[in-house]
Amino acid sequence: MSAVAEAVSTDKTDIAVSVNDVTKIYPGGVEALNDMTIQFPKGELTSLLGPSGCGKTTLLKIIAGLLEPTSGSVTVNGKNVTGPGKERAFVFQDFALMPWASVLRNAAFGLELQGVAKSERHAIAEKYIDAVGLKGYENLYPHELSGGMRQRVGLARALAVNAEVLLMDEPFSAVDEQTRRKFQEDLLTVVDDEQKTFIFVTHSIEEAVYVSQSIALLLPRPSRVSEIIRPDIRRDISPDAIRRDPVYLDIVERIWKGLRTYVE
Amino acid sequence: MSSFLKHPLTLRLLSVIIAAGAWEYLGRIPISPAFPTFLQTMSALGGMIADGSMVSVYPATFQPLLIGLIISSILGIACGVFMGLNAKAEWFGAPVFIVLQSAPLAALIPLLTFAYGIGLTSKILTVCIMSMPVIVLNAYSAVRHTPTSMIEMGRSYLGSSRQIILKIIIPAASPVIYAGLRLGAAMGFIGAILAELLITPTGIGDLITYNQSIAEYDKMYAAIFSIMAFAVIFIEILERTEYFFFRPDKRVTQ
Ligand SMILES: Nc1ncnc2c1ncn2[C@@H]1O[C@H](COP(=O)(O)OP(=O)(O)OP(=O)(O)O)[C@@H](O)[C@H]1O
Ligand SMILES: [Mg+2]
Repeated sequence: MSAVAEAVSTDKTDIAVSVNDVTKIYPGGVEALNDMTIQFPKGELTSLLGPSGCGKTTLLKIIAGLLEPTSGSVTVNGKNVTGPGKERAFVFQDFALMPWASVLRNAAFGLELQGVAKSERHAIAEKYIDAVGLKGYENLYPHELSGGMRQRVGLARALAVNAEVLLMDEPFSAVDEQTRRKFQEDLLTVVDDEQKTFIFVTHSIEEAVYVSQSIALLLPRPSRVSEIIRPDIRRDISPDAIRRDPVYLDIVERIWKGLRTYVE
Repeated sequence: MSSFLKHPLTLRLLSVIIAAGAWEYLGRIPISPAFPTFLQTMSALGGMIADGSMVSVYPATFQPLLIGLIISSILGIACGVFMGLNAKAEWFGAPVFIVLQSAPLAALIPLLTFAYGIGLTSKILTVCIMSMPVIVLNAYSAVRHTPTSMIEMGRSYLGSSRQIILKIIIPAASPVIYAGLRLGAAMGFIGAILAELLITPTGIGDLITYNQSIAEYDKMYAAIFSIMAFAVIFIEILERTEYFFFRPDKRVTQ
């Protein structure tokens, strides 16, 4: 099965993140990942799509250097991952904002930890707060924001440190469907504007097909890559037209069929 | 009008009025000749403030109280935070403080006087042993319960251990640490009075015992009332400092 993953990714020479034979067994004995191999091409958005509990968060945290694999290795730009690094930034599923800090301080927090001077980091953070559509909210606190707005602060924080690789763990799960669509479109703009590699965990097949250059379908635990799909849908038409595009619908259908065998 | 009714101060004022009313009523029955009414107590209080007999005793009470509270706050928070961060310290310290918190510490006071005499040291230590366990245990459990994702966030953005402790763990723990400080302060007030009742009668403790011995019950209750009022004010100020230093988000919505 993993032969498929390699066959697809080897035709791309520029690999940002490479996961090699990673196995993760949690202390309790749960085997979350089994011999997982997958490559993430530079400058693209790759989605990780798979059933709940299949180890997507585990994989993302291993890439982030927050968890150690039981065996196997991860390389980012050819260098082995031994811990968190400057070239990677994480967008947390539960936002991980500091309730005592304003939007501005939260967005600038990555830079604050790096020791960037206050005026400079605030200027950078303001730019990204604006980019995620939160201009004017700089001085509010997280409890004064909606879930979707908090998520965008988390995104601004990740963008502000200017990492090459963005690891996003179900970033849109906390918002309603309309907001979600708006976010997906915003995300496409960010992907276009910033020459970054995005690794994006989602539960939603439609979302994966809509936003990604490639989709990795994961098997249930212990997880491996079952298939990599490149949804070459047209991007030059309006979002609504894309969602009615037969090519788009076909791919959604195909993924659904692939995943359904595991659900049953 | 409705905003006045909803104001938190209104509610507090109301509960004070109800308590004072109940006191006045019980005093008038009277439930005991040694139980003055609220108004008698207040006029005694006014008299003692006016003639200076109350003001002059407070420095003696506040000295061990404040020194003791400062020591147990600094030491207690440091111990608790350390125990929360370090598994070995937790293993060693947590049982000690859990036992101390539930033990009847007043029983230790004779031991203290045996070791340190009847001076200031014993009184400071009484305040410390009363107030420290709850401060330590709160700080410890607050640190232990810092949300993991917040710490992971700090690590993933390359925060040093020092930065993660100072910028994430302590502010996240501050509400519970402060709850411990408030409880510790209340215990410290008890400790200070106990020390004055059990070691040597000085300060407000002396005022209470003296007035009791000469059956001036209104003055005795005035002295008790005054120390309770001080405790409430002190704890209120403590709460404000938390909002000021650690939780600007709460200050905004106040
Ligand atoms: N800290 C842990 N200790 C033990 N087992 C864990 C731990 N974290 C996760 N697991 C287990 O590892 C498996 C994979 O978990 P993970 O969180 O990576 O799944 P996921 O794909 O992100 O799921 P979801 O889509 O529901 O978020 C699960 O079966 C889970 O029970
Ligand atoms: Mg997950």
